[in-house]
Amino acid sequence: MQTDRLDMKTQLPQVTGHSEVPRNPGMPLDMDWVRAVQANTSAIERRAATLPGRRSVKKAYQAAWLLKAITCIDLTTLSGDDTAERVRRLCAKARQPVAPALLETLGMDGLTVGAVCVYHDMVETAVEALKGSGIPVAAVSTGFPAGLSPFHLRIAEIGESVKAGAAEIDIVISRRHVLSGDWQALYDEMRAFREACGDAHVKAILATGELGTLRNVVRASLVCMMAGADFIKTSTGKESVNATLPVSLVMIRAIRDYHARTGIRVGYKPAGGISKAKDSLVYLSLIKEELGDRWLSPDLFRFGASSLLGDIERQLEHYVTGAYSAGYRHAMG
Amino acid sequence: MSVKEIFDTMDYGTAPESAAEALAWLVDAGDRFGQFIDGVFTEPGKTFEARNPANGEVLAFVTQASQGDVDAAVKAARRAQGKWEKLGGPGRARHLYAIARLLQKHARLFAVLESLDNGKPIRESRDIDIPLAQRHFYYHAGMAQLMEEALPGRGALGVCGQIIPWNFPLLMLAWKVAPALAMGNTVVLKPAEYTSLTALLFADICRQAGLPKGVVNIVTGDGTVGEMIVNSDVDKIAFTGSTEVGRRIREATAGSGKSLTLELGGKSPYIVFDDADLDSAVEGLVDAIWFNQGQVCCAGSRLLVQEGVAEVFFDKLRTRMDKLRIGDPLDKSIDVGALVDPVQLSRVKGLVEANTAGETHVADCDLPENGCYYPPTLITGLAPSDPLMQEEIFGPVLVSCTFRTPGEAVQLANNTRYGLAATVWTENVNLALDIAPKLAAGVVWVNGTNMFDAAAGFGGVRESGFGREGGWEGLTAYTRPLGKAKPLAKVEPFTGSEGPVDAIDRTAKMYVGGKQARPDSGYSTAIHGRTGALLGHVGQGSRKDIRNAVEAAQAASGWAKTTGHLRAQILYYLAENLSARATEFAARIDAMTGKRQGAGEVEAAIQRLFTYAAWADKYDGQVHGVPIRGVAIAMKEPVGVIGALCADEAPLLGLVSVIAPAMAMGNRVVTIASEPFPLAATDFYQLLDTSDVPGGVVNILTGAHEDMAPTLAAHLDVDAVWSFSSSDLSATIEKASAGNLKRTWVNNGMARDWYTNDSAEWLAQATEVKNIWVPYGE
Repeated sequence: MQTDRLDMKTQLPQVTGHSEVPRNPGMPLDMDWVRAVQANTSAIERRAATLPGRRSVKKAYQAAWLLKAITCIDLTTLSGDDTAERVRRLCAKARQPVAPALLETLGMDGLTVGAVCVYHDMVETAVEALKGSGIPVAAVSTGFPAGLSPFHLRIAEIGESVKAGAAEIDIVISRRHVLSGDWQALYDEMRAFREACGDAHVKAILATGELGTLRNVVRASLVCMMAGADFIKTSTGKESVNATLPVSLVMIRAIRDYHARTGIRVGYKPAGGISKAKDSLVYLSLIKEELGDRWLSPDLFRFGASSLLGDIERQLEHYVTGAYSAGYRHAMG
Repeated sequence: MSVKEIFDTMDYGTAPESAAEALAWLVDAGDRFGQFIDGVFTEPGKTFEARNPANGEVLAFVTQASQGDVDAAVKAARRAQGKWEKLGGPGRARHLYAIARLLQKHARLFAVLESLDNGKPIRESRDIDIPLAQRHFYYHAGMAQLMEEALPGRGALGVCGQIIPWNFPLLMLAWKVAPALAMGNTVVLKPAEYTSLTALLFADICRQAGLPKGVVNIVTGDGTVGEMIVNSDVDKIAFTGSTEVGRRIREATAGSGKSLTLELGGKSPYIVFDDADLDSAVEGLVDAIWFNQGQVCCAGSRLLVQEGVAEVFFDKLRTRMDKLRIGDPLDKSIDVGALVDPVQLSRVKGLVEANTAGETHVADCDLPENGCYYPPTLITGLAPSDPLMQEEIFGPVLVSCTFRTPGEAVQLANNTRYGLAATVWTENVNLALDIAPKLAAGVVWVNGTNMFDAAAGFGGVRESGFGREGGWEGLTAYTRPLGKAKPLAKVEPFTGSEGPVDAIDRTAKMYVGGKQARPDSGYSTAIHGRTGALLGHVGQGSRKDIRNAVEAAQAASGWAKTTGHLRAQILYYLAENLSARATEFAARIDAMTGKRQGAGEVEAAIQRLFTYAAWADKYDGQVHGVPIRGVAIAMKEPVGVIGALCADEAPLLGLVSVIAPAMAMGNRVVTIASEPFPLAATDFYQLLDTSDVPGGVVNILTGAHEDMAPTLAAHLDVDAVWSFSSSDLSATIEKASAGNLKRTWVNNGMARDWYTNDSAEWLAQATEVKNIWVPYGE
């Protein structure tokens, strides 16, 4: 196991410089804890609404924070019309997310995104295209996005993606287990997914837009962490409501509590709907405030986003030149 | 730091808001300000420094107003008032609307100037103070528009003297000026000497808005200028500030006939139950006690946590505190700015250093080297007997203890001389809505804190003062019933040496706690009719009788919890029984007064009982339309124990007029009967006995008003005193009331027509409005 883990580390160059985060081994399902947690929607919304006004990063700080955001992006394509060429193009962008000249002016080098996230069929292509870059490939799995295919196929799908070289698996939970309050079933399912992932890191997609209440979100977050999720993730990007600040607040507070009780750091990935550079700054400050600096790193924080990078590039150029930028000046992915 | 280094540390850096425009405005004004009187700025006189508490720099020089300045300002306001009132609601609404628009147009200028002058973070002045100030003017522009339609029979008070504190300089100005102007008053306002600048900028705005000269006058200076205003020829004093100064103002205005509202200190409880969303409750504390450096009268400064979650909660809280950022108020990423002045800083330091109890946690955050900064502090493990659990600190210091049950939480929460605000955190709606009415506070926030809006009244009970600001309930503080009152002459008792009219001596006793009681003094006074006939004797009431009656009234607190329906039934029953004995009461009144109005007076008393029986279950609260997803429930609560000196000239109707509205609203009363004609009141207790009125709800004493008023008015367990006595006691009562700042309603030597009834006025006097904010959403 020790060597496996070292292998994993070589796959995640972003981790260097930090002490290695031990994977979440999970714990027995603690229903007392699950039942006791609360989430007061109004108060959470107020905190989320005022946060952007409470923290502001400017100038060089803003540029540095935006670069940090880039390293945390899971550059994603999850479309029915994805082709191998389209995925290769995305991978090329992942290796070089910011124009080299711009990066040089900013005094940075070797910057890549956090991962590339694709459907299973594109995993091999992406792994091939990213060879040597150290950028891991994440595969959405388990009957993504609805998670309603036969259970054994969902387990098998994970195995296939891992075999194809995916270092991270983004699974979707069965929302019905949450909605019917069957926490044991959710726990068992998550355990099985985690098992199937082996050494690949598993991100649990809660599809928060379909869970009805924030209380369900916090309970599902806890159960998934107890069952060994390495990351918890808001949404597939396919629900009508995806990542929001209130949902994020609830999930990262659950992560904080889990860390306080177990000493284990679980990662967080908001996905869907984050497309503006300014939004990414708010998310980073939210993480910094509620979880702490250690989480501001791709091994514990990712954005699931496709168009965010473009806006960040424009903002970076604005910082360097003082002139507002245009999209066509930056290479597409 | 290079981008690469920041990338590694992920620090915030600074995000400074520019002070250039605000400083330019000061320079344009010559850095020296005179008074704003009658629409123009006077030449600067003897000045003092306006300093930036964050760095000690002098921002400008502000004039210490002289007596002549104050006189000129009051005179200008007086001259302008008639025309301003006659302009009519819609006319005034346009002016208020223009002011609101201008406040909006210059929002950033106001925000920056406020932060410079006061030390509060720009985030707060920009996102809270200034928008709320605008909202107050918009809201009250609407109130002006609607005044004639919605408040028939009420007119302006006249000239209002307004004295405001330094913690929310522009916002407190808006709270005072907007409703006053809307209702047709003119104002003389004094900002606190630490923070005069936004008030002076506001004066500039009034000119730009084309406000008629003299409608708003602003005089600057220290407390001595405040005293000059209090003693000047104004019709009302509205004060926000310390309880200590409030008490002095109460004493100074006693008997002057000046209307008074006081919004004073607090030590507001912040209650966390074990089923609360603890993380949100922790975040709430940031807004409760570290908002405006804790310099907030309604700050949730007394944390009460249920034992089972206390340890976890305190851990979370300490972690959160360590994340607070303290520093330059103009930095947009700062949570806690500078205290307003070095004086305040040393006061807070002194209070905390004097404490030896509990465990103190000081936030682990960087503090700027210079400037008036004090770190967020938490002291756990205190008991109510520790001074810091009772005294207002007015700084970023939170004190705490634990509780076991909801009942104990209420006891601890109410174990204070103050009663401004309270916060309750629980996910259980039953618990929240059960606790909120039980808390002694003018405002209760459920699962939130420090929520304010112009549509919801704000103000306290107990020594947190009286009167409300905002909402419909706030308008009574700036209006009066129209009509002219006549002076009331002292009604003297008849004397004589004739024998008794009744063959059998009837012994009139006092009525205390539902039982007849002999006077503690052991003395009696003879009551004669006009012809000199002896009508009977009544006990000479004394201090001890008042003590006993107040104790009995306090013991009858269950009355406040009865339903309006039940109280109505009992009032109807009283009316029924009075009706049955109408002839006897009429004869008694005629015998005492020597007039022939007895029958009419009894009929009016029966009507009065019917009227308030009718109101008992109909004087509903309101749900204010505040701009949140939630409700602000304006609940009408009884004042508590009301002491009342009844009218001398209307022996029965004067008594019933007091008892009926007080009872209807759930109060208990200690009445002192008509001094010259007390026998109708002493007959009346037989009706109380036979009408199912629980013992202690109505207590009837007899005796000399002059002897009894001081004791009643000074009693610290009496919540309000009303006086309709023909003895000249208004000044005595108002002065003595300062002890616990009980509400007073006195006649100032003016007569009242007992045969007409103004339900709105009586019901308002018999109730307090408590605003309970309940945000919701799942």
